[in-house]
Amino acid sequence: MKNFDVVVIGGGITGLSTAYFLNRRGIKNVLILEKGYLGSGSTGRCGTGIRQQFTTKEHIVLMRESVNLWEEWENSLEQPIHFKQGGYLWLLRNEEELKQYKDYVRFQNLLGVPSRIISNEEIKEIAPEVNTVDTVGASWCPTDGTAYPFEVVDALKFYVERNGTAIKTFEEVKGINLKNDSVESVITDKDVYSTGFVVNGAGTGAKKVAQMVHIGLPIENYRHQIMVSEPLETFLDPMIVKGELYFTQTHRGRIIGGTDMNESPTDSIATSIDFLEKFADEITSTMPILSSVKIMRQWAGSYVVTPDRHPIIGPSEISNFILACGYSGHGFMLGPIVGKLLASYIIDGQMFLTEANNLTLKRFKEGKLIHEKAVIG
Amino acid sequence: MKENPIIICRCEDVTLEDIEEAFKNGFKDIESMRRHLKIGTGPCQGKTCIPILQKILAGLQGKKQIDATSTRPPESPVPLGALVRGKKK
Repeated sequence: MKNFDVVVIGGGITGLSTAYFLNRRGIKNVLILEKGYLGSGSTGRCGTGIRQQFTTKEHIVLMRESVNLWEEWENSLEQPIHFKQGGYLWLLRNEEELKQYKDYVRFQNLLGVPSRIISNEEIKEIAPEVNTVDTVGASWCPTDGTAYPFEVVDALKFYVERNGTAIKTFEEVKGINLKNDSVESVITDKDVYSTGFVVNGAGTGAKKVAQMVHIGLPIENYRHQIMVSEPLETFLDPMIVKGELYFTQTHRGRIIGGTDMNESPTDSIATSIDFLEKFADEITSTMPILSSVKIMRQWAGSYVVTPDRHPIIGPSEISNFILACGYSGHGFMLGPIVGKLLASYIIDGQMFLTEANNLTLKRFKEGKLIHEKAVIG
Repeated sequence: MKENPIIICRCEDVTLEDIEEAFKNGFKDIESMRRHLKIGTGPCQGKTCIPILQKILAGLQGKKQIDATSTRPPESPVPLGALVRGKKK
């Protein structure tokens, strides 16, 4: 039987980032198991956004640290990941929202995030095409941004494969063997691997994987749809948010964006015309010049949502079975910091950010939920 | 790049050489090849290049035929303005 120091289940941002930080800290004998191709789950389906404008200490601190790592990746990975700090321009529609976001901004500032409330005039300076008829201002953070999911996947794959990590795609985990309350080996449809640690970074499949070791995860999959336009000359730097709508322009010139359909949980990732209509309504009223721009393609992915809309990261009841799932729509942006935290948990026995320790599975048993109010798309 | 490259995907400027190179670098299935090279992701939605890619990949994989990539709506690009429902709710 082949032996690995760490087996990571899931070849998305979580698995690749964890392998990256393990490799960087000298743990070379790592295996990533992916049932499809790399990035085939929520990572490759995401809306590219990376923001620090959250409402809880846990999210804000983790994202502040994640943005530092995104910068580091942009500067150090051999292949481009197109991380761009074009900012998040969060349009506010009435006095009530303005008041609420003033409080959020104050809290973000206390934790070192450079967000601020700006006027309609300043909105026009940042993005002249935005219609400010029904806005009263915006919450603006210039260090938020975007990165390109498949370039990130490729760049991390390139790094980890040269630093000892084995990646097996189209190989599905079917079971996990326990011995004396710890994981001994992982069984796939092709082989069996003994291991010191297992990381559950299986995204939409995380619940099923946890069930293999009799751990119940309070997560549910929600379908979220997204679309991309034909390529245009570059004109839009920030991510624009308004209510349930978000959109930006990629480095390939396409407008990418989505909106929330407020659906019940489902494992379906089929697409619907309803989405395109709601999205068209919202985006053309927010930026009227886009009404002549053509939609090229739509698709869907899942938000894997916890009751308090924060991820579950770190230890479980089984000492060497580690969790990183339930990101509630923020897995791509949190990927770098979560990978670094998990590597530190595996190597040092603890996660180096206090806030991360509030995000372990046991918070649900202890009733220590942390509610995030700012979830979009 | 070769002097006379054989263009397979006209929207995204992907050549036969690019495909062979990507295959060598481990992008062996059609979905990961598409995401790596962006082949078939332009305005024509792969109508010309994906069938050609299927044939090339089948050859490289030593198979008779392989499935196409998943298709995503709309069939042809549609202006956002044409989808607006307006205010009635």
